[in-house]
Amino acid sequence: MKHILTILMENEPGALSRVVGLFSQRGYNIDSINVAKTDDPTLSRLTICTSGDLATLEQITKQCHKLVDVLTVKNITHQEHIERELVLIKVNAADPETKDSVKRIADIFRAQIVDVHKECYTVQLAGQPGRISALVKTLQDETTIIEMVRSGAVGLLRGKKALVPKAY
Amino acid sequence: MSSSEKKQYTGAELVVQSLKDSGVKFVFGYPGGAVLDIYDAIYNQDDFEHILVRHEQAATHAADGYARSTGEVGTVLVTSGPGATNALTGIATAYMDSIPMVVISGQVPSSLIGYDAFQETDMIGCSRPIVKHSFLCKTTEQIPEMIAKAYHIAKTGRPGPVVIDIPKDLVNNTGLYDYEYPENIKMRSYNPTLKGNPRQIKKAIMAFTEAKRPVFYTGGGVIIANASDKLVEMAERINVPVTSTLMGLGAMSGTHKQFLGMLGMHGTLEANKAMANADCIVSFGARFDDRVTNNTSLFCPDATIIHIDIDPANISKTINADIPIVGSADDVLTQFLELMDRANLHHNAEAMDAWWETINGWRETKCLSYDSSGPQRKPQAAVDALYKATNGDAFVTSDVGQHQMFGALYYPYKRPRQWINSGGAGTMGFGVPAAMGVKLAYPDSDVICISGDGSVQMNIQELSTCLQYNIPIKIFILNNRSLGMVRQWQDMQYGGRHSHSYMDSMPDFVKLAEAYGHVGMYVRHDEDLNSKVAEAMAMKDRLVIVDIEIEEEEHVYPMQVKGGAVDDMWLAKGVKA
Repeated sequence: MKHILTILMENEPGALSRVVGLFSQRGYNIDSINVAKTDDPTLSRLTICTSGDLATLEQITKQCHKLVDVLTVKNITHQEHIERELVLIKVNAADPETKDSVKRIADIFRAQIVDVHKECYTVQLAGQPGRISALVKTLQDETTIIEMVRSGAVGLLRGKKALVPKAY
Repeated sequence: MSSSEKKQYTGAELVVQSLKDSGVKFVFGYPGGAVLDIYDAIYNQDDFEHILVRHEQAATHAADGYARSTGEVGTVLVTSGPGATNALTGIATAYMDSIPMVVISGQVPSSLIGYDAFQETDMIGCSRPIVKHSFLCKTTEQIPEMIAKAYHIAKTGRPGPVVIDIPKDLVNNTGLYDYEYPENIKMRSYNPTLKGNPRQIKKAIMAFTEAKRPVFYTGGGVIIANASDKLVEMAERINVPVTSTLMGLGAMSGTHKQFLGMLGMHGTLEANKAMANADCIVSFGARFDDRVTNNTSLFCPDATIIHIDIDPANISKTINADIPIVGSADDVLTQFLELMDRANLHHNAEAMDAWWETINGWRETKCLSYDSSGPQRKPQAAVDALYKATNGDAFVTSDVGQHQMFGALYYPYKRPRQWINSGGAGTMGFGVPAAMGVKLAYPDSDVICISGDGSVQMNIQELSTCLQYNIPIKIFILNNRSLGMVRQWQDMQYGGRHSHSYMDSMPDFVKLAEAYGHVGMYVRHDEDLNSKVAEAMAMKDRLVIVDIEIEEEEHVYPMQVKGGAVDDMWLAKGVKA
């Protein structure tokens, strides 16, 4: 089963490698991982999509939390949350017909064309992972994908709930 | 220097001063290019003693032995590259058994990091999975805070090893710095829970006082938390049987009438039977390791499991806990005792009498008895002789294998921190250097190392260190001319095919001892074991190696049947419980 873990940790060198290392060391899956610093530059926020049964998830959460650099770990999957992913897709658009159809598909998906070359377009979309997969499939049916990159999901709880460092 | 002028320190002096202010008494280490400046600063001080080992692995084991016997943090100093990687086995050993340790490794100068410089190894990367935490030093000014944090992290919560990697350019003599040792370490990301949740405490007490067949299952966490007295008080108050893991031996005296002996793979029959038949298991600082549980799907199906551990990740990791309590064994036992007093709670005395009657029935099997009549020496008899010759008072370190199990089963430890062995990692070569660390901490106590002919050769070079610093440990080699535990498994599970478990080029251990400037003694099967052991122990100021010839064929029993329940056991060759 798929889970979204969100982790707040010290923005220290090596902190990310401890989390990633923990996953490989203990045989946990990483479907996607995303990390960047937060509004407080001393903190990094990680979103990891992983899979496993509930017992495995409990272990993953506890083991992550045990890392000295980690402040909080939360599995947001089963609470009201917002999940988004960014994709950039470079597709073949050499002839006018393909150019049109790529443009039309982008409009339907409310995606943007962010780079134009005489032979190709780059399409950008931010949205739920399912919508991104649908866009990828639709473009594949219409033309050929030269290359693409997905950011992996990021997520937040809805409403007032938030991951913040506890006062100490 | 006027009093208003603060003393200025070089980077290397910052390291030395910070170690001193962290309470370090011994540093076990080995110099090399990247740490020469630190060694130069050590040359000028006498606040702590530096012990020059002969191999960095031994430095970590010696620091580990020091830490296990004293409860203090062990300290190691090694150079970059091979110096650091040699230390890894000892770091892993400390990590698996939650031993507080700080390892300072030198690193190539910052400007050379990443360039495959001479003796460059990514120590932070190499050690990452086997440390509690690690620091790569980036600036000289950070050194005191980093060292203070390292000691704080190493010894608090669930203890463990911490690595500090210091590039050479940060400790050379190019600059002078102010020094301030941070007295209060606060880290927003690190706050171990010590006290148990009061609701869970109450639930647990209700469960084990109402139980008819409760058992206390205690582990290394009780020793680490210095909770032995409280454990015994609690156990005596409710007359509960107590069993211990390999790591927890000594928390309750091995001769206490409520103590059932060790449990698990080579546990006693009564301990494993009590576990299997219990209706309530209270685990203090133990982690339901595979060497205890045997087949987890068959583990103690009728028992309510109360799991007390300072590390939440240990709880419900292998066996689901019905009543989990996150906290230190010491705090939780204090909470138990207080609440029992306050609420005037008592155990079910009648049920306990019946439970003890059942247990005493299992005890009558005398699962540790052995045949001492034959012409060959029994390893059990050798450990018995050590027990008698030391009045059961010695610190005992061991290596890994059959002799370790005999040392655990036939020497009843009377106090915590008396039995020093590598339980989680199972590191051969641990015993001799660990004994060095113990003897340095307790120069007036007997420190013996029970080893085997295989294990002892894994860090034998430390005999040289022992001569240099006059560390008169006693090493007893249970010599069966083979890798006994490997051989036992080959006998039991591989049709007796002894693939590479022989040692048919055994050194002469007596001459070896003499070559290193020590005393060596043989005990052959027709000689008197007790008098030879006593003779060795009487040489207080000499290191003595006693090479005891033991039976080749002997197996360690009892032993759990592979894949069975906790109490499915072999009691002897071909004899099941």
